[in-house]
Amino acid sequence: MNTDTGLDPEETAEIQAALTHYPDPAAASIEALKIVQHHRRWVSDEALAAVADLLGMPIAELEGVATFYNLIYRKPVGRKVVHYCDSVSCWLLGADEVRAHLCKRLGIGLGETTQDGRYTLLPIVCLGACDHAPVLMLGGQLHGDLDAAKLDTILAREQHRG
Amino acid sequence: MDKPLTRNLKPDGSAATLAEYQSTGGYEAWRKALRDLAPAQVVALVKDAGLKGRGGAGFPTGVKWSLIPQTPGQKYVVVNADEMEPGTFKDRRLLEGDPHLLLEGAALAAYAVGADTAYIFLRGEYIEAARRLEHALAEARAAGLLGRNILGSEFSLGIHLHTSAGRYICGEETALLNALEGKRANPRTKPPFPQIAGLWGKPTVVNNVETLCNVPGIVAQGAAWYKGLSRSQDAGTKLYGASGRVNRPGLWELPMGTPIREILEEHAGGMKPGYRLRGFLPGGASTDFLLPEHLDLAMDYETIQKAGSRMGTGTMIVLDDRTCPVRMVLNLERFFAQESCGWCTPCRDGLPWVARILEDLVEGRGRPEDLDQLAKLARFMGPGNTFCALAPGAAEPLQSALKYFRGDFERYVERG
Repeated sequence: MNTDTGLDPEETAEIQAALTHYPDPAAASIEALKIVQHHRRWVSDEALAAVADLLGMPIAELEGVATFYNLIYRKPVGRKVVHYCDSVSCWLLGADEVRAHLCKRLGIGLGETTQDGRYTLLPIVCLGACDHAPVLMLGGQLHGDLDAAKLDTILAREQHRG
Repeated sequence: MDKPLTRNLKPDGSAATLAEYQSTGGYEAWRKALRDLAPAQVVALVKDAGLKGRGGAGFPTGVKWSLIPQTPGQKYVVVNADEMEPGTFKDRRLLEGDPHLLLEGAALAAYAVGADTAYIFLRGEYIEAARRLEHALAEARAAGLLGRNILGSEFSLGIHLHTSAGRYICGEETALLNALEGKRANPRTKPPFPQIAGLWGKPTVVNNVETLCNVPGIVAQGAAWYKGLSRSQDAGTKLYGASGRVNRPGLWELPMGTPIREILEEHAGGMKPGYRLRGFLPGGASTDFLLPEHLDLAMDYETIQKAGSRMGTGTMIVLDDRTCPVRMVLNLERFFAQESCGWCTPCRDGLPWVARILEDLVEGRGRPEDLDQLAKLARFMGPGNTFCALAPGAAEPLQSALKYFRGDFERYVERG
C-alpha cells in the first residue's frame, strides 16, 4: 500500500494511463473508481479520498459521482455480483419468478451478500438483451432465456468453479 | 435487399474482424472521404440522404452536423452508446457484431465536422462490447485507419472508449456530456446546444450508435441509394425489434416504413400460443402504447407520431392479453422513478408519486380520485415542464395506458 495516496502502485499506474485520454483529470473519475473497484471489489471512503487526491477533485464532488452510478459499489460486495434485470421485457416474461428463485437458492434478499461471501444480489435496469428475456449478469457474464431450471444449472456450474 | 447495418453480423454473434469488414467494402467510404470529399460534401451527403437520428428523437443528422461552427478550434464527436432504454437491444448487436462499422461512421462524422478527437460513451454493463471495441480500435490504429495523418492525408483522429457505470440519464445528450467530463450526469440547459458549447465547452456532435452505422453506406453509395432502401418518406433501413410473448423475439434490419403487422407477425412470428396481442410500445419504454388496430401502420417517424406515439428506438415491447397493463405501467414508472437524476421537481417528485399511486392501486388501496391524479401528474411531467425528456418519456406509457386500458385501472379501484 502506498501511504501517500492510499492506492497501490498498480492502481495508480492504471489511473494515470486513463488520464491520458482526457484533457481534464476529472473526466477519468468513473474509470478511476472502476479501477479501484476492480482491485478491491468496492470503493471505501479511504480509497475514494485517495482517488480524489490523485485526480485533484474535491472529495465531496467525487462522492457525488460515485453514489450516482449503479455499478460503483460503496459497500462491500461478494466475490461475484448477480445483477438480475427488473425492467419491462424481462418482467413480462417472468423476472419476478427469477428473482424469487434466486433469493431462495442463494438464501438472501436484494442487496444482500451470501454468508460465504460468494454472491451479492442486486437488481439492474434493462441489460439490452430483451430478445432473451429474462436475463441476468453474473460476474459480468450475461445469461438469458432464464427459468428456474436454467438458473439451477448456472449456479451449479458456478459452484463447481469454486 | 441491401442491409447496410447488418451485412457483417454473424449468426454465432462473434465480431467481424477488420479483414472481414474490409472484405465487404468496409472503410471504402473512409478512404473515399479522405481522398475525394471535402468535409462539407460529407455533411451535404448525409443531409441529402435524409438520415434521422436513431436514438429515439429522430433529429436530422446532417442538420445537426451543419450546426457546428466552421471556425478553427477544438471540436468533438461523441458516440452515444449508452443504450439503457428498457426494451431496446439494437445497439448492443451492432457494437458486438460489427464494431468497425461504428468506428468508420464515427470517423466520417469527425471528418465532416472537423473534430480530431472522438469518444465512445459506452454503458458499463456492455462488457463484451467494450472488449470488442478496444480490439477493433487497436486493429484500426495498427492499419493506419485512425491516428495521425490517416492514410497519408492531413487528417488526424483519436477515438477513445469511455465506459460508464450504469445510469439511464447518461443517454440524454447533455447529461452524457456532464458524465463524460466526470461530473454527475445531470442534464444541461439548452441553449447553448452542444454543437455550439458541448464537451468542455467546445462544439460537439453527439450521435447514437445506429445513426453513425448508417453513415459509411451513405458516403460510399450516395443519397439516392440510401433513400431507395426505404418504403416510406423516412430514408434508409431500420433495426426493428420485438420482445414480450411473441414466438421469435429478435432484431431485424428492414426498410424504414415496414408495416408493424409485418414486423410482429412475419418476423417475430406472431403471439405465442394461447396469447393474444393487447397492445404494444412501438419504440421502447418511453413511448405511448398502440393497439392491434394500429398494426397496419408503417413504422416510421411521421406515421407513428400521427397515431399518437413515437417510433423511438424501433424496438417494440408487446403486451399480451394475460398480462395486466396497470402492473406493466407500474414496472415502467418504477424504472423511471429510480433513474431520475433528481435535477428538476416534476421528475424527482412526480415519478415516485406516480409509482406510489400505481402500487396502491395494484395492492388494493386505490381510490376513485387516483386516476385523475395520475392523468394530472402525466400532464405536469409533459414536454416543456421539465429540464430534459426523461419525465415526458415516462408520461407517455402512463397517459396512453390511462386512455386505452382505463377499464383495467377502474377495476382496481372498484375492487378496493
